[in-house]
Amino acid sequence: MSTLSDLPKESFRLSMLINDTRYRSLTFQVIAAIVLALCIWYLGNNLIQNLRAAGLNISYNFLGDPAGYDINQRLVEYDSQSSHARAALVGVLNTLLVAFLACVTATVFGVIAGVLRLSKNWLVSKLMMIYVEIFRNIPVLIWIIIIFTIMTAVLPGPRAFRGDNATSSMLFDAFAFTNRGIYTPGPYFETGIFANAALNWLLVLAVLVASFFGARKINAWATAKQEATGIRPNTRAMILGVWLIPFVLLMLIMGLAWEVPELKGFNFSGGLKIGGPLIALWFALSIYTGAFIAENVRAGIQAISKGQTEAAAALGLRQGRIMNLVILPQALRVIIPPLISQYLNITKNSSLAIAVGYADITATLGGITLNQTGRAIECVLLLMLFYLTASLLISMAMNVYNSSVKLKER
Amino acid sequence: MSDQTTNSVAYVAETMLPELPPPARETGVIKWLRQNLFSNFANSILTLVSLWAIYVLLSNTLPWILNGVWTTSSLNECREVLDNKVGACFSVLTERWHQLLYGFKYPIDAYWRPNFALVLLLVAAAPVLFFDLPRKMLAFTAVYPFIAFWLIWGGTIMTPIVAFIGFAAGAAIFQIYGKKSFAIGFFGAIGAALVVWIVGGALIPEGASDSAWLSAVPSRDLGGFMLNLMLGVTCVSLSLPLGIALALGRQSDMPLIKWICVVFIEFVRGVPLITLLFVASVMLSYFFPPESTVDLFLRVVIMITMFSSAYIAEVIRGGLAALPKGQYEAADSLGLDYPQAMRLIILPQALKISIPGIVNVAVGLFKDTTLVSVISMFDLVGMIRGPVLASTEWNGVYWELLGFAAVLFFVVCYGISQYSQWLERRLATDHR
Repeated sequence: MSTLSDLPKESFRLSMLINDTRYRSLTFQVIAAIVLALCIWYLGNNLIQNLRAAGLNISYNFLGDPAGYDINQRLVEYDSQSSHARAALVGVLNTLLVAFLACVTATVFGVIAGVLRLSKNWLVSKLMMIYVEIFRNIPVLIWIIIIFTIMTAVLPGPRAFRGDNATSSMLFDAFAFTNRGIYTPGPYFETGIFANAALNWLLVLAVLVASFFGARKINAWATAKQEATGIRPNTRAMILGVWLIPFVLLMLIMGLAWEVPELKGFNFSGGLKIGGPLIALWFALSIYTGAFIAENVRAGIQAISKGQTEAAAALGLRQGRIMNLVILPQALRVIIPPLISQYLNITKNSSLAIAVGYADITATLGGITLNQTGRAIECVLLLMLFYLTASLLISMAMNVYNSSVKLKER
Repeated sequence: MSDQTTNSVAYVAETMLPELPPPARETGVIKWLRQNLFSNFANSILTLVSLWAIYVLLSNTLPWILNGVWTTSSLNECREVLDNKVGACFSVLTERWHQLLYGFKYPIDAYWRPNFALVLLLVAAAPVLFFDLPRKMLAFTAVYPFIAFWLIWGGTIMTPIVAFIGFAAGAAIFQIYGKKSFAIGFFGAIGAALVVWIVGGALIPEGASDSAWLSAVPSRDLGGFMLNLMLGVTCVSLSLPLGIALALGRQSDMPLIKWICVVFIEFVRGVPLITLLFVASVMLSYFFPPESTVDLFLRVVIMITMFSSAYIAEVIRGGLAALPKGQYEAADSLGLDYPQAMRLIILPQALKISIPGIVNVAVGLFKDTTLVSVISMFDLVGMIRGPVLASTEWNGVYWELLGFAAVLFFVVCYGISQYSQWLERRLATDHR
């Protein structure tokens, strides 16, 4: 036991930097920092030299210049004299529009296909399997192009609706499917409260949101009553009323009316026009992502063991209640996280709009603006910034949800 | 007893009656139909609706396919042959198949080169995909990238040879010094490879490619489905090691390295692939040294590799997280250092868990290679939308071309996903 006194003196040797665990991680981090700094310096230096050689600089002033191009599909006022920033805003709104629409319909398709995939009906479940496999295994770009081709090459032009012996006719005299887009009756207010149409729609939205919270309040009240007395009051009529009465009243006050599209000259006018590119993108993203969501839904339902259903049945619950109170709450915990990442995918895939000429942010800022101004670096950076923000917001929402449904273990 | 049977009972059956067949509705096809298709009212409705949908689909597509014309040289001739009947004009495929598969600029007399490379790819991939094959075949897998490069791009054989010698020198250095210290071996290997490449690159004479046995083909002449396959295979194989490194970096205790990996992964996963391809086509060249010209193919490979490595890193991180902490502690208590523990204990298990996810990423990436058509590279979709549909002969042949593309992608992607399922069953070593 004399070794204690024989211990070598603590002295620092250079090899300890790499062999001694106390210093090693520091060594590696310093090396990493140096390499990173060198890379950044090298790339930045190249960038500066290249920009100088090309006579360019980094500046965002071009955003204020007039864009000089037209955008057909737009949610806010815009004309070719508006600035590039305005065009980018139109693009952002268009991206959000198609992403929102596609998320809703993809969820509907996915849930239906996922549930039917588990159906006891052999034919139906096989059909759904074929749907899922076909749509998952073919690139979404090809689907977008296929549906866009249907929109432009198969549907008749507006001139086919003209004349006494027209080859095409409007569905219910209200919907026209043409190769320029789908025309549907458009709602408008005859005696709106505000002069501005957008403000009127915001008011409608506000009323709906208020109804939503009202309905939640009623549910909370019913639950409290149930816990106090053991009997749950019947809230169905009340909730229906909270949703319908304010909405109908508002519509009556503001005088909701429908403007039906009409064939004037060579094209339809009036009503609501949904452009072919929007429909192609919307529908293609929906069926493509729907196939993925169907698999998520199936996995979620199958993840709940059969014993749960049997236990609920043994407690005497009815079929509908078993689904609502036992299976779905557990299955949703499995389904929702991948569902939200599918929403993320839809948002990112909506950038494929550029392939069919839908004016989303990629097509405006990353397409025409970039080509017109030649400001490649600025445009691509702004584009990435937008998508990054959107993705981070969605994944933040996912994290909030995940922590709220996490199993509360004691 | 015998009395009773003979006297008190008038009749007793002495032989067993033959078994009756079960009721018709409880056997065979009918039972199956009743159970699976018509078990109740709602199911019957669903069945009928599905049958109707299938009928509509088939009655519209079957005549179109069966009447297809394969031998004309333009759409107008197709229409003449069809004479107002419904029918497809598949002659676009027989006429333009080489453009769809190889692009419109790849030299026709050199088609055997990518074909041969594809056959060799199957041989090279076999030992990686199927573990029962002799391990010695991996040696061929190691040289395959250089052979494939030489076959497809042609030019002087010196380039792939120098590249290979560089890798071989690095591997040798790592073999010698890596046993003692992973870090010394690793950085020594990189240094050795760089030295070989710089010296070897200087040794290759100018203009050696002009008189080469295989004529040189520039990258911009690559196209068609070949381009999709090349991008897919290259980027997936490059992004696997990168993804593993990123995943390990994200799990690291060193804050700086962890921070770099997290930022990289989250950034890449947060933006769509198209924006990264924009970077490749309009922005990346600003970051290379002024006089250098890095061709578009290489820039696209860089960006797609970055993209898929971030996704693969997340999949592998899931696999690492799924391992119980005891595995790490067991490796530590055996006295293994970090590289040994990772290589021998952690990664084999983590990668096994991650295989389905990695295959998903690979399939998704292969499908995403079609996006390069947006930055005007002529892959399969780019060829269809560009040269083929724009030509006067075939302007308007949409469904045959798009259907062809869809079928090609479906076959490859479905095949990969079936392989992944087989592999999962094969690797299921736990007892259930």
